[in-house]
Amino acid sequence: MADTAVDELETFRAETRAWLEENCPPSMRTPMKDDEIVWGGKREKFKNPESKIWLERMASKGWTAPQWPKKYGGGGLSPQEARVLQQEMSRIKARQPLFSFGLWMFGPALLEFGNEEQKMRFIPDIVHGRTRWCQGYSEPGAGSDLADLQTRCEDKGDHYLINGQKVWTSYADKADWIFCLVRTDTSVKHEGISFILFDMESPGVEARPILLISGESPFCETFFTDVKVPKDQLVGEVNGGWQIAKRLLQFERSSISAGGFGGTGGSGILGPEEYAKIHIGTDSDGRLLDGDLRGRITDHKMYAKAFSLTVARQTEQAKAGQAVSHTASILKYGAAKMNQDRHELLIEALGSEGLGWEGEGFDPNAMKVTRQWLRSKGNSIEGGTSEINLNVISKRVLGLKDHK
Amino acid sequence: MTFLLTEDQEMLRDTAMAFARDELPITHLRELRDSGANGKDPATRQKLAELGFFGVIVPEEPGGEHFGLVGLGQILEAQGRTLAATPLLQTALIGASAIQLGGSPAQQAEWLPKIAGGETTFALALDESAHFNPLNVATEAERNGQGYTINGEKRYVPDGHHADMLIVVARTFGEPGDRHGLSLFLVPANAKGVSIQELKTADSHGAANITFTDVMVGEDALIGAADEGADVLEPVLDRAAIGQAAEMLGSAQSAFDMTLEYLQSRKQFGQLIGSFQSLQHRAAKMFTELEMTRSCVAAALSAVDEGRSDVSELASLAKAKASELVHLVSNECVQMHGGIGMTDVADPGLYMKRARAQEAMYGSASWHRDRYAKLNGY
Repeated sequence: MADTAVDELETFRAETRAWLEENCPPSMRTPMKDDEIVWGGKREKFKNPESKIWLERMASKGWTAPQWPKKYGGGGLSPQEARVLQQEMSRIKARQPLFSFGLWMFGPALLEFGNEEQKMRFIPDIVHGRTRWCQGYSEPGAGSDLADLQTRCEDKGDHYLINGQKVWTSYADKADWIFCLVRTDTSVKHEGISFILFDMESPGVEARPILLISGESPFCETFFTDVKVPKDQLVGEVNGGWQIAKRLLQFERSSISAGGFGGTGGSGILGPEEYAKIHIGTDSDGRLLDGDLRGRITDHKMYAKAFSLTVARQTEQAKAGQAVSHTASILKYGAAKMNQDRHELLIEALGSEGLGWEGEGFDPNAMKVTRQWLRSKGNSIEGGTSEINLNVISKRVLGLKDHK
Repeated sequence: MTFLLTEDQEMLRDTAMAFARDELPITHLRELRDSGANGKDPATRQKLAELGFFGVIVPEEPGGEHFGLVGLGQILEAQGRTLAATPLLQTALIGASAIQLGGSPAQQAEWLPKIAGGETTFALALDESAHFNPLNVATEAERNGQGYTINGEKRYVPDGHHADMLIVVARTFGEPGDRHGLSLFLVPANAKGVSIQELKTADSHGAANITFTDVMVGEDALIGAADEGADVLEPVLDRAAIGQAAEMLGSAQSAFDMTLEYLQSRKQFGQLIGSFQSLQHRAAKMFTELEMTRSCVAAALSAVDEGRSDVSELASLAKAKASELVHLVSNECVQMHGGIGMTDVADPGLYMKRARAQEAMYGSASWHRDRYAKLNGY
């Protein structure tokens, strides 16, 4: 890097540091609490009032989406500047001001495939957390074989009419808008899919939460009955939605693996080796008494370390402009395995203390583990099952051919 | 930490890959095996010296090139691809590191140029039993008037059957298992009282059991402080484990490439066997393991060059992951090749045999997992 560029970056760092010092409220420098995560949207309550101030300040600089273009409200930062921002935020342990499928998945796809009017209309609201988006992908009959989706979208001249059902729609009951895959041609499979956007308050939309084995309901069944959608809300070409869908899945898999799953709600939860020390004990050399569990914990910790080094290596290679092909699938597969192994070990190390469900008598963090353990079972299913990810690796990375 | 190579390191890597491909293909190992050379290969040693590969971690002054352990790791990975038997790990890595970390100015002035020039090769005489246990040393070095008298037996010494100089780990104080009381000595392989039993090993690289009977060495043979040899030995062993892991990564990559090629050429039921999903998924899993191990090895190599404090942790990570990987990939390589994989004429078996030798050196996966747990406090 030229000296002037280095100087400029250091100037940016100094300014960023000063701005963050000035603008990041005190409680936003403490570990995130599960119930203080800001997802934005019309119904956001901002349980902690400082989280609202923090979001507004960060969004005003476009720093909720640091690398998006300024004209749509993004920060317009270079990758180097975005890294500096990230480093400076980590330095003061600043919280992420906004969690959002718009930021992680839909926004990047719309910036690539949307027209100018759509970008101007939707992107700034994502940056500011004014619109909360949900993802209409899976259907009862289209899970791993997503392209078999049947939700119908008919051209009615001055509008589209949508009928069908989605499932596993994350937070559909809390979202303002949906980005949705629909069938615009029934005679072909992949080439008959379109990518469309609509308001969840449109007449004919109904979202019903699904109770999971973890006792929580982060997903919904979502029904569409004669939902009218203006024609300018279809992204890209009619019947050209599959390309957008696939690209968005890459963003989704990357964001899942970057977060390592459940990385948001881990505050207060110890590692499996710590719970094992408490509930099983150690010998005079400090070794866990259960040698078999100790070995398996180490296997997992090594896997986790190797995984994070791989993320770091691929990030560095990508920044250096080296080709990194389809790493999203590799990382999604690895992240699911890692998080599931971790929770199996946590629940094993907790023993009977890991059986608590609610009420008194159990360590509240242990009860959180119990629910997260159950929740983690979805990691190898959501966002492309592990098997589908292995298919992607073997076909697109290794070049293995399909069965004839 | 960086995962990217410098331009110089990239050139070194390209040279090493081309050299392994052109001069040390796997057929070369077969020739050495079939002629009974048992890993002894003076002609290759000469070529490696001409390429400057022995001096890769030796600083410019005096007499060597400096690419760091990252650079040497590229060469070891390249030779791992073709299972080449070379003195580089023992000499260019272990010999050079021991002299650099523990050697006196006089020892450095004498040995580093000889290492860099490929004039003198080394072997670390450490193990005394079938499992790596570096503090479990019973070989004794007793002080006499002018220096030390060494008695004991070392087993399975890599390159012990052809190295010029031995670095002998001996006990000058305490009992086997004690950290305090170890000392390192430079002993010429042809010194009086050194008896070398050449071993023929499954991987065709060979090794030696070495007996020391009243071997007399001078005070100047001591590397580092007496009784405090572990201070030198432990960082040397961390580097050795990392270098070995780099070699294993190369072997695994090569066995994987061979497997993938077979999956894309062998037909059964009128289909390429690589179109069967059960094999595709196993190949994809191997690939993810390979990518993750590559990250661990790269991180460990660069941690040494950067002088980071987590070298031991990363060494254990890299060696354990590489061990798991070479067994996974070499076993799958044999299995997916089917009957041909069981034959001597095919290469998969060579990778499987070498994998076991690679694992045994500088700590098995199990040894390193135990240490990783200790370093992490449980």
